[in-house]
Amino acid sequence: MSSKAQTLTVVGGPTPLQRTLAGVPIRLFIFVVLVIWTMPTLGLLVSSFRTQQAIAGSGWWQGLFNFADFSQWTTANYQRVLYADQMANAFFNSLLITIPSTVIPITMAAFAAFAIAWMVFPGRQILFVVIVGLLIVPLQMALIPVLRVYTRYGINGTYLGMWLAHTGFGLPLATYMLYGYISTIPKSIIESAHADGATPWMSFTRLVLPLSIPAIASFAIFQFLWVWNDLLVALVFFGTRRPIVTTRLAELVGSRGQSWHVLTSGAFVTMIVPLIIFFSLQRYFVRGMMAGSVKG
Amino acid sequence: MSDVAESRTISEILENPRIRVVFALVVMALTLVLLAGGFVFLRDATRAPRLVIASVALIIGVGGIWALFYAMNTIAELFRPSVRDRVLPYVFMAPAVLALGFYIVWPAINTINISFMDRFGNEYIGLENYAFIFTNEAMLVVLRNTLLWVLLAPTVATALGLLIAVMVDRFKPTAEKIVKSLIFLPMAISFVGASVIWRFVYAYQPPGLPQIGILNAIHTALGNDPLAWITLRPWNNLFLIFIMVWLQTGFAMVILSAAVKGVPRDLLEAARIDGAGEVRSFFSVTIPYIQGTILTVLTTIVFLVLKIFDVAYVMTSGQYGTNIVALRMYQEAFVQRNFGRGSALAVVLFVVVIPLLVRNVRGLKETRG
Repeated sequence: MSSKAQTLTVVGGPTPLQRTLAGVPIRLFIFVVLVIWTMPTLGLLVSSFRTQQAIAGSGWWQGLFNFADFSQWTTANYQRVLYADQMANAFFNSLLITIPSTVIPITMAAFAAFAIAWMVFPGRQILFVVIVGLLIVPLQMALIPVLRVYTRYGINGTYLGMWLAHTGFGLPLATYMLYGYISTIPKSIIESAHADGATPWMSFTRLVLPLSIPAIASFAIFQFLWVWNDLLVALVFFGTRRPIVTTRLAELVGSRGQSWHVLTSGAFVTMIVPLIIFFSLQRYFVRGMMAGSVKG
Repeated sequence: MSDVAESRTISEILENPRIRVVFALVVMALTLVLLAGGFVFLRDATRAPRLVIASVALIIGVGGIWALFYAMNTIAELFRPSVRDRVLPYVFMAPAVLALGFYIVWPAINTINISFMDRFGNEYIGLENYAFIFTNEAMLVVLRNTLLWVLLAPTVATALGLLIAVMVDRFKPTAEKIVKSLIFLPMAISFVGASVIWRFVYAYQPPGLPQIGILNAIHTALGNDPLAWITLRPWNNLFLIFIMVWLQTGFAMVILSAAVKGVPRDLLEAARIDGAGEVRSFFSVTIPYIQGTILTVLTTIVFLVLKIFDVAYVMTSGQYGTNIVALRMYQEAFVQRNFGRGSALAVVLFVVVIPLLVRNVRGLKETRG
């Protein structure tokens, strides 16, 4: 029992033994939830290192029980899925799409947020309200008209088309988050920079941007993962001729639905980058996910 | 020291108005050449070595936007400070406003327009697309399933998240942290990845063969015949919905955990002195205190569930009576190429979502203070 619970004990409350027993169902419940929440992913990871015969011949949990049977373990699944099944290529394309699709909206949103927060021009409040209002437009509302323009001008299937599409769809949230942060920078800091002769460009790049790193990091992580994990925008604007991790994995499910040695290792390749970010930057990750939950 | 001296000479050179004009124009021209050249290269040179493609893509993608802002700023700085300060806000706003206009405002209006047109988006056909959505038999199943998703996934995920948040609140801090991060972990996984994970859980082998999916392994160990869960109408919908619960419970838990910790201790203590047990004080103190947050979490997940098509796409492609509006919208618009119907489905999603989100943007602002 934690010390928090003890301070709450009132005279005549339950004895320590009763309290310990009362905690048992709770612990049991949490244990069951934890099993359901971790087993599926663990099963995927374990199976991705088992041979095709081993996967089809016995459950992955049996593989774990007979861990010492080394004939079942292999890394061949990864070699196969990375090269023969194009996953390495997809990983590379995903990186080339995701990095600019994160940097471009952050840059545009930061400039816009700076202008709205610290520069004087007519209509800036209304502009901000409109931008935030665009958060409510679901992605589906944008796909068909943009695709028609893309097809007409040959932008479909290009990196640039993907960067700009993700930029457009990510901008309302980015502006909303960065404005929330940039507008709280103390007025005296901005004004003294101005008094010292700093141009707007200088106060933005040398003062506002460095001060906004926490907000930028939260949004960057959210947007990076959103783009990395996105399937819809990629299917519509990038197609499957050149693979990225999500479209490739979805195709593998369609064409090789029972080849679990390929699917498990392939799925793990698509998950590795998000998992590294999750474990190394957990605090920013949680913040970014919470703030990003309103994305349209 | 030499740096300072050098930059001073450069800025002295740049004092000269003519040189400044030339400099600004050169910067702008270089930027445009860089962007256009890079675009054409990336579109056409798919056979170039990877390292070259990667470097060009990153220089264009990451450097391009900065070059653009820098070039525009350089031109704006040609003018007197008073003029410059009047022009510069528009310069800083312009890329964002243009992108929002082209990628959200214009397409949204256009989609509403196309929703009244035929499959090619050429001729108006009145409300025919909407009539189809609300009368076609297959569409009614789609609407029923969507309703099922919207009712079940958010409520189960939120209730479970709240339960976990309250329970782990009395664990030791380290234990609480570990439990919470394991339950939050699926948030990092893509919907496609999660679908593959759960296809493996639901995997089916005919009777007699070893069951490699853990659900059928348990099911047969209890003496039953194995079941093909994802083709089992109408229950297969529930198995797909559970994937969404698995993905979203962590989100509900983290937000509600913060809210639960914010319930004043003396309120709970007062309830206890009045003789309320754990369960009583949970229902009559904690829940009323955090009901605003609960509503926000619920609506946020409803919004997500309405838009997400990935799970149904990967698990069943909408077959076996599992299709939902978001997936059907994708299929109509981009597989059947029926732009009219696809647009109408998008509009349906939009109309359902508006009231939720208006509340939510407000709600999240309040929760975060």
